[in-house]
Amino acid sequence: MTPELTERYSPLHQAHVDAGASFTDFAGWQMPVRYSSDLAEHHAVRTAAGLFDLSHMAEIRVSGADAAAYLDYALAGKLSAIALFQAKYSLILNAAGGIVDDVVVYRTGETEFLVIANAGNHYPALEALTKRAARFDVTVTDESDDTALIAVQGPNSLAILQATVGLTATDDLAALRYYRAMTGTFGEVPVLIARTGYTGEDGFELYVPVAEALALWNALTVAGAGHGLVPAGLASRDTLRLEAGMPLYGHELSVATYPAQAGLGRVVNLAKETDFIGRAASEEGPQAGSAVLVGLVSAGKRAGRASYDVYRTADAHTPEGMITSGALSPTLGHPVMMAYVSPSIARLGTEVFVDVRGTRIPATVTALPFYSRKP
Amino acid sequence: MTDQTTLKYTAEHEWVLLEGDTATVGITAYAAEKLGDVVFVELPAVGTGVIAGSIVGEIESTKSVGELFAPVTGTVTATNDGVVDSPELVNSDPFGEGWLIKVTFLELPPLLTHAEYSALTGE
Repeated sequence: MTPELTERYSPLHQAHVDAGASFTDFAGWQMPVRYSSDLAEHHAVRTAAGLFDLSHMAEIRVSGADAAAYLDYALAGKLSAIALFQAKYSLILNAAGGIVDDVVVYRTGETEFLVIANAGNHYPALEALTKRAARFDVTVTDESDDTALIAVQGPNSLAILQATVGLTATDDLAALRYYRAMTGTFGEVPVLIARTGYTGEDGFELYVPVAEALALWNALTVAGAGHGLVPAGLASRDTLRLEAGMPLYGHELSVATYPAQAGLGRVVNLAKETDFIGRAASEEGPQAGSAVLVGLVSAGKRAGRASYDVYRTADAHTPEGMITSGALSPTLGHPVMMAYVSPSIARLGTEVFVDVRGTRIPATVTALPFYSRKP
Repeated sequence: MTDQTTLKYTAEHEWVLLEGDTATVGITAYAAEKLGDVVFVELPAVGTGVIAGSIVGEIESTKSVGELFAPVTGTVTATNDGVVDSPELVNSDPFGEGWLIKVTFLELPPLLTHAEYSALTGE
């Protein structure tokens, strides 16, 4: 099941090359990091719309009579409780309660679900889901190679989808609620249209067969031309999700992290009547005094970045926390950071110090998210 | 428009314009492209003595941090306030308005020619 370490390319790769993208390696995939300016792409998503290629993400289909009960066992949430075409954010835990991956699950049928895993966790997630299926009447199918994922994010997303030639939704897209999905078609092929995203804006994610991905990308680009749509790379995706306070696996989440530490305690459903992997450890919870995830803001322009130490005071010798993500927020104009810190300095409003390459910069513990769109 | 073929370069992706005993220093378009959008620039104060190869400033983008190395040993005689106020100049005009510092020097260390630098970046 271990993949070969070769460079992988999105089915949309040529479109990115033609658009002048710079590429970065992401979990073995060569993905666009930016097309021209990551700041411009970031602002476009906040004010108009951005088009993202997320084809590196993993799509794992779960189907069979026991699908709902199986997911209740395999994941931390109660997936049996979600309605048809509802989406739910969930976690794959290990027996020790650590996070194997964070996923979004769509219910695509009474006995069928689609689990979206991170590209970097494609195989660990698939392996865990496959192993856990053993005593259930369920089939776990990796559809990642056949499925492309295109996201349209930003306030103009709805208008763009409505204007996309060849894209037909089975129902009124305007009435589709956040974290809900519906089926549709693009030309002759089925498309799953979800009102989900990772930017903190309104937006949609479109799951489309690989063979039609380029045609859909182009149709969206044409439809978006009058709506300020620009292709957007992973650099802007990262600053957008950071402003929105969304964790990124490998930064805020890991197998060594308990959901409770990451502020994801609510995602672990201990009220669930049935057992699930990681339940016992989750009930016990992390050790007292374990670091917790907080938001930090500071003045000026110099952001603390991943792996920078956090101190209680300007001259303390021992760090009491570490930054996991940080950037100068393009929307807010000041640095925003996420950090794991000792609970004793985690209270909102606490002033701490971030070591930015030798200089201690004062920062304040702040509630997440840093940015919320206006309703 | 600066003629890039007449500039000298360093392996740290900086360009150096030599005029008499003054070196004007910036980062190359290649480096700016790799950094992404520059959002913060920190430069040494005028009058600072610098040693070739030492870190004298920082160029931060949304995604990462680049260090500014002194390409020559000498004294900083000018810094570009324009780029401190508008860091995006490093991206929009790296060889012109995006210059960073001027340093007077006594002796010139070995620097790369345009052809050598181009070979280094493969561009």
